[in-house]
Amino acid sequence: MGMTVVEKILARAAGQASVKAGDVVEPRVDLAMSHENAALVINQFKVVYQGTGLEPKVWDPSKIAIIFDHRVPAESPKTATNQKMIREFVAANGITKFHDVRGDVGGICHQILPEYGYVRPGCVVVGTDSHTTSHGALGAFSFGVGATEMASAWALGIAVNIEVPATIKVVVKGEFPPFVGPKDFILHLIGRLTAQGANFKVLEFHGETIRKMSTSGRLAICNMSVEAGATSGIVPGDEETVRYLREEAGVADGISCVSPDADANYVRTVEIDVSTLDPQIACPHMVDNVKPIDQVLGTKVHQIVIGSCTNGRLDDLADAAAILRGKKVAQGTRMLVFPASSKIFGQALDKGYIHDLMKAGAVVMNSGCGPCLGVHEGALGDGETALSTTNRNFKGRMGNPTGFVYLCSPVVAAASAITGVITDPRRS
Amino acid sequence: MAKVILKLEHDISTDDIYPGRFMATVLPTETPQFAFFDRTDFNAKLKARAFPPGSIIVGGENFGCGSSREQACSTLKGHEVAVVARSISRIFLQNSINLGLQVVICPGIEASEGDELEITTDQVLNRTTGQFFDQVKLPAARKGIMDAGGLIPYTRSRLMAKQS
Repeated sequence: MGMTVVEKILARAAGQASVKAGDVVEPRVDLAMSHENAALVINQFKVVYQGTGLEPKVWDPSKIAIIFDHRVPAESPKTATNQKMIREFVAANGITKFHDVRGDVGGICHQILPEYGYVRPGCVVVGTDSHTTSHGALGAFSFGVGATEMASAWALGIAVNIEVPATIKVVVKGEFPPFVGPKDFILHLIGRLTAQGANFKVLEFHGETIRKMSTSGRLAICNMSVEAGATSGIVPGDEETVRYLREEAGVADGISCVSPDADANYVRTVEIDVSTLDPQIACPHMVDNVKPIDQVLGTKVHQIVIGSCTNGRLDDLADAAAILRGKKVAQGTRMLVFPASSKIFGQALDKGYIHDLMKAGAVVMNSGCGPCLGVHEGALGDGETALSTTNRNFKGRMGNPTGFVYLCSPVVAAASAITGVITDPRRS
Repeated sequence: MAKVILKLEHDISTDDIYPGRFMATVLPTETPQFAFFDRTDFNAKLKARAFPPGSIIVGGENFGCGSSREQACSTLKGHEVAVVARSISRIFLQNSINLGLQVVICPGIEASEGDELEITTDQVLNRTTGQFFDQVKLPAARKGIMDAGGLIPYTRSRLMAKQS
C-alpha cells in the first residue's frame, strides 16, 4: 500500500521506510514556532530541567522561530513583560528566527514563516498556535501543539509519541466565479465536514483548482483546515510552491517536493466543484454554521475587519482596495485593516492600496493579529456585529461575549463596508 | 462518585473556557481565576471553591475546539475538575493528557447538572439515572505520557536517558 503525503513526510522524519495511519512515530522537528505564548513554553521548558542537574538549553536554536504578533505593540504591562522575558531568552539561546515588534520584519507568524522561507516542502513543523496548519500550503506537515509539548520539542528535538493521522482527500475542480475564491471554498468545505469532521485527520488538497491557486490562497485554505478539526491541511508541493519559495521568499538552496503515492490510502474522498459556488458566510457562533451569502444579505455590520493569518495578504488588500477605491465606508460602520506582515504593508503602500483604503475611511493598523482573538485593537461593543476575514467566530471571540462575528472573504468585507450591511460583491 | 457541576452544549471553544483577553496570563498557578470567565456565576462558584475536587463538567461533541492555548487546560486542572465529553478536539485532548487534566471521552453520555457520576476504567455510570455509557479509550500513543504523570516528567526522563 502506498503512502499519503503526510505518511511519507513522517516516515522520512522518523527514519522509517514506511508508516501508515495509526502508527506511533517520533519525527524530528524541522521548525518549532511560537509567538507570545513562548512565555509559557519557556516556563515549562525550565520546569522540565528542574532537578536534572542539566542546563536548560534548546536542542537547536536555528530551528526555533519566535514571532510577536498576538498582542503587538503590547496592550498591557503584563504582555510587555512577557515579551521582555522572551527577548532575553532568545538572546541567551542564540535564536535567530526571531521577529520582534518591528515595522520592517514584523508580522503574523503564519505569514512570516512562508515569507522568509522558513518552511519547505517535506518539513515537519510544530507551532504553539492552532493555525499552524497554514504551512501545509508549502507541502509541509505542520500542526498545532500546546506549550508543554513545545517545551518537550525544544528539549528533545522530536515530537514525542505522535500517532500518524489518517488523511481525507479533497479534490477541487472548476474555476472560481468572479468575486468567489479560496476563502469561500474553505468555508463551504468546513460547513460540509462540520467543525469536528476532520478531527485527528489531515486534509490533503488536490485538483485543478488547487494547482492553479496561488500560495496566498493555499495558505488561507490550509489555515482554516483546523476549523474542521484537522490536524493539518496540506497541498502537495508543486511548481507554484517552488515559484513562491524562489521568487517571493528568496530561497536559493534545494527544494524537494513530496507527492502522495497513486495507491495511497485515504479514509474518505470529498469532491467539490467551485464553478457554481456563491460567496459563503460563517455565521455566529460556529465556523461550521456556513450559509450562502443570500441568506444573510442586509445584516447590519458595525465593524469590518480585513486581515489575519487567513486573509491579510497582498492579494486580499488589492481586492479590497479595488472595491473601495473612490468609495466611502458607510457611516455607523468602522473598517479596520491589518496587513499580515510589514513586508505586505510596504508593498500595499507602494501599490497605493493603503491610500485607497484610508481615503475610503478605513483605519489601517500595524501588522499583527489585531482584534481576531479579542485582546485589543478593535473590541466589539455590547450586541455589536462584526464582519471579518478572520478565521473564528466563537462567542466572545472579538472581545465581547455579547457580540456577533460573521466570517467572509475580503471582497465581501469590502463591499459590505460601503453599505454597512452584508452585501453581495457580485451585485454592488 | 462525583457530581456534575456544569452541563454544556456542543462545540465549547477554548475562548469559552479561557477567553483570549486573559492570554497574557500564562502560569498554571495564575490561570484558574479565569476559568469560564464569561459564565459569571459558574466562575464565581469555582473561585469560591464551592465544588469538591473531582467534580465533573459534562460537554457535548467537539469539546475544547479552537485555539491551542494550554491555559484552557491548566485553568480547569487548577480547580481539580474532570471533563466528560462526547468527543474532544485534538489539541485540547493532547494538552489535557500532557498536563494531567482528567478527561473522559464518552460518546453516549447523558447527564444533567446535579447528577452523580462514577467514572470506571472503561465506563461512566450515571448513578442518578441508572444509565451507563462506554468510554472511548484515550489514544494509545499517549500512554507513556499518562503513565509518567504528564509530559513534563515524561520529557525529563527521556532527557535523562539521552544523557546516560
